[in-house]
Amino acid sequence: MISEKLIKDATIELLRKTVTRMPADVVNELKSALKNETDDVPRMQLKAILDNLELAEKTTTPLCQDTGVTIFYVNLPRCLNVDVEKAIVEGVRTATKEVPLRPNAVHPLTRKNPGDNVGRKMPYVNFKVWDKDYLEITVMTKGAGSENMSQLAMLTPSQGVKGVKEFILNVVLKAGSNPCPPTILGVGIGGSSDIAMKLSKEALLRPIDKPNEDPEIAAMEKDLKEALNMLGIGVMGLGGKTTVLGVNIEYAFCHTASLPVAVNVQCWAARRGTVQIFPDERMKFPTHEG
Amino acid sequence: MQFRLKTPISEEDIRKLNVGDIVYLDGMVYTGRDEVHIHALEKAEHGEKPPVDFNRSVLYHCGPIMKKVGENWAMVAAGPTTSSRMNSLEPKFIEKFHPAAIIGKGGMSQPTIDAMAKHAAVYLAITGGAAVLAAKGVKKVHGVYWFELGMPEAIWVLETENFGPLIVGIDSHGKSLFADVDAKVKKNVDMAKKRLNIA
Repeated sequence: MISEKLIKDATIELLRKTVTRMPADVVNELKSALKNETDDVPRMQLKAILDNLELAEKTTTPLCQDTGVTIFYVNLPRCLNVDVEKAIVEGVRTATKEVPLRPNAVHPLTRKNPGDNVGRKMPYVNFKVWDKDYLEITVMTKGAGSENMSQLAMLTPSQGVKGVKEFILNVVLKAGSNPCPPTILGVGIGGSSDIAMKLSKEALLRPIDKPNEDPEIAAMEKDLKEALNMLGIGVMGLGGKTTVLGVNIEYAFCHTASLPVAVNVQCWAARRGTVQIFPDERMKFPTHEG
Repeated sequence: MQFRLKTPISEEDIRKLNVGDIVYLDGMVYTGRDEVHIHALEKAEHGEKPPVDFNRSVLYHCGPIMKKVGENWAMVAAGPTTSSRMNSLEPKFIEKFHPAAIIGKGGMSQPTIDAMAKHAAVYLAITGGAAVLAAKGVKKVHGVYWFELGMPEAIWVLETENFGPLIVGIDSHGKSLFADVDAKVKKNVDMAKKRLNIA
């Protein structure tokens, strides 16, 4: 049976795995970036990044000190009758002490830090009900350096695809060296202002080696990646061939009078994790197998 | 060129450094980010001194993860934070407290470059996100001040040993690696636009 205690324990383990070990698709892309770079400075930076990943995994230590604020995505089986949110909140509280995570969550105006990553509406849990019999919890522990560079544009329909591409390019130029490049761009097109922002973050949950299912969108992802890597911002903004590791686009139908576009910038330390909890109490971590 | 420097660092030693040089540090380093800048400068206006002496020492833009082990603090992870958030406060901070070096990521804007030239300071870039590697260069945590600002925003007193590699991103002669990259990027924009058919 899926109990609150089980969900709490799964949340702690999920956070531990997520902050100490990166998903394989991102690590592979960082390795190919190192092969592709020829100059000393970007090579030195990429080597430091890869050495750090190895060390973090070996010692089960958070690979980056910025363990983010805890935003969860939950797929809920129809008949589950437990307080999943409460269990997740308690999991975050314990994980902050035990993993440990950095206590990042503060009151937005007084800046007071309760020290346990728990406060009004944080952890933030997004729920979807689904038809499967198991509970799935995904978390992204995203640093603020890259999150601070994220942007929304409410374009006019006449600005079209050209306007969308220009906006994405400008977000990357404006972010420059700040978001810990090489970055991954999550792009949300359409919907409405709030849906575009939400899609841009959800786009980052898709592995970067999986293009969008729509071939036209997939081509746009590839074009943007190639073009943005011509800019020369480079690893840590110190120059070189690797400015982005990937571009993931999601879209939704929108109002005929609107063209919302949102870009969520993700640093190279793209930590995301998923746990599946089954009715027989088995747990699987599909992002952290092997 | 490669240098190994111990804090406090003399003006003469700082003037020897040029952008692109590699530095390893020994000695005391103090963390400080948004809140430390705000509070230290506010206190200075009332004639109060910060609890540590930044003079010819090293300020690290870092909010670490620390763990209490018995009575002492142990460092878990300690990579840099985005330095540009401190752009508006740093020139004043340098003028008031005279650090010899500031460690961070992403570089800083022209007023800081100017203040560094004037007061013989450098900006040392460390790889963002490489927090376990950075923590390896910290030999001992001597203590913490202003903990009430929260773990990331407090002043942590760190004794470093062979802390690096750090790249001189801004030297004390008005040069900035980040400004050089920016100039190149501006030239590359047209090429990227052509690739996207939006030129």
